[in-house]
Amino acid sequence: MNALMDIWTVFWRDWVVLRRRLTKFILSRMVAPMLYLVAFGWGLGRSIQVASGTYLDFLVPGILALNSMNISFNSITPVHAERIYHKSLEEYLIAPIWPPAFVIGKVLAAVLRGLISSAIIVALALLFGAQIAFSPLFLAVLVLNCVIFAEIGFLAAMKISTYEEMGQVNTYILLPMSFLCGTFFSTHALPAAVRFFIELLPLTHTSYLLRGLGTGTAVSPLSLLVLLAYAVLCFAWSCRAFSHLRR
Amino acid sequence: MQPMMELEALTKRFRHKDKAGRMAWKTAVDGLSLSVGRGEVFGLLGPNGAGKTTTIRMLTLLTEPTSGRILYGGQEAATHARMVKQLIGVVPQHVNFDQDLTVWENLELHARLHHMGRAAREARIRQLLDYVELSEVQNDGVRRLSGGMKRRLLIVRALIHRPRVLFLDEPTVALDPQVRRRIWTLVRKMKAAGVTVFLTTHYIEEAEALCDRVAMLAGGRLVDLDTPTHFCEKMGLSTLEDVFLALTGKKVQP
Repeated sequence: MNALMDIWTVFWRDWVVLRRRLTKFILSRMVAPMLYLVAFGWGLGRSIQVASGTYLDFLVPGILALNSMNISFNSITPVHAERIYHKSLEEYLIAPIWPPAFVIGKVLAAVLRGLISSAIIVALALLFGAQIAFSPLFLAVLVLNCVIFAEIGFLAAMKISTYEEMGQVNTYILLPMSFLCGTFFSTHALPAAVRFFIELLPLTHTSYLLRGLGTGTAVSPLSLLVLLAYAVLCFAWSCRAFSHLRR
Repeated sequence: MQPMMELEALTKRFRHKDKAGRMAWKTAVDGLSLSVGRGEVFGLLGPNGAGKTTTIRMLTLLTEPTSGRILYGGQEAATHARMVKQLIGVVPQHVNFDQDLTVWENLELHARLHHMGRAAREARIRQLLDYVELSEVQNDGVRRLSGGMKRRLLIVRALIHRPRVLFLDEPTVALDPQVRRRIWTLVRKMKAAGVTVFLTTHYIEEAEALCDRVAMLAGGRLVDLDTPTHFCEKMGLSTLEDVFLALTGKKVQP
């Protein structure tokens, strides 16, 4: 019971902050997807042929995957400032809480931001005329993607010492994934060796699953297993990193 | 006096870069052993880098000791972390509020982390904000508070859950004499209420005014431990500042 209260307390803190900035958050989250939809969906997309449906239908699941990755990762990175600069993380370290509750609460708050942002994209995509089949599994994959990248963001916040290095995670990890993991084009066009490497990355499997589920085509259960494995491993690693802060 | 806290050969070593830029070990606290009684106001005095803050961080479970033991009421802190965390309140040397929250929200977060119910926490927060005259700014962001207000808020935050042991790390540093006196009054009230107070300070007069016993620390080691009066008597010196100077060989640096 206390564990649930602890998770709620950690989540409550982030909810208080989000609620105060909700309008700004929603407006700022509309900019990037709007640009993607106009540039790649309307502009470039009209000259691109895909196997079934329009390029916009192909593109929207990819944008959902990359956007939920970026938002959930970046939502949790302020924990880095709480640890290094404001030292407000000490409040949680000296509190009689269940330590994994801090990780879970922070991840859930980042997932919420990721889902709000995804809902904005879906609304914009429908306005742009995209045809997507939504299902509970589609939502579950989206949540799983947010969980994985929130956990990776948490790990970065625990391990990295400077703002500059936090920025480098975006540059060297998130940005390449944004473009290479089947978000804007099919990975089938890539050389086998490159494809092998790309299929080790979680965002590729999120793109496969969302696109398959969104267009009503078959999806591989293996992709779901890969995402679950990433979520569990990153959670265990995040809890360990949090408990190691005392060293 | 029944011991509240016992430190047994407490040691902390850190990895750091030496003058030549090579990784080396630095001993911040070296085999510290002492005991603090229930309801006692215990002071830790020492020059900069003596290991005072590292000692407090180990006692408050923020930093893991390299070796040695900490006991609270006879229970090993390492294996009873949750019990210890319920028992203690911590006023750090640095301001560590959540910068995105208001004054009230910072206090509410602390109360929630200590599992206080809604009615209890709201009443307690109101009572403490009134006590330190911060009710007017309860809905302001903490960034807008003055240095003295932040220090008072740090103290009341540590008191919300009614701790039995209060740690104060340099509680009055850089404060004007009026605010310093108010904090002294608060410490005396804590003692009267049976709370054990463990404080570090640069101000000798603060240690003289508040502490039942004082431990002198230098280079991470315990130099001596006694009451302020006994210190002066046994060394034939008139003030605790002279004793400090004689024992540590260093001047007090505020």
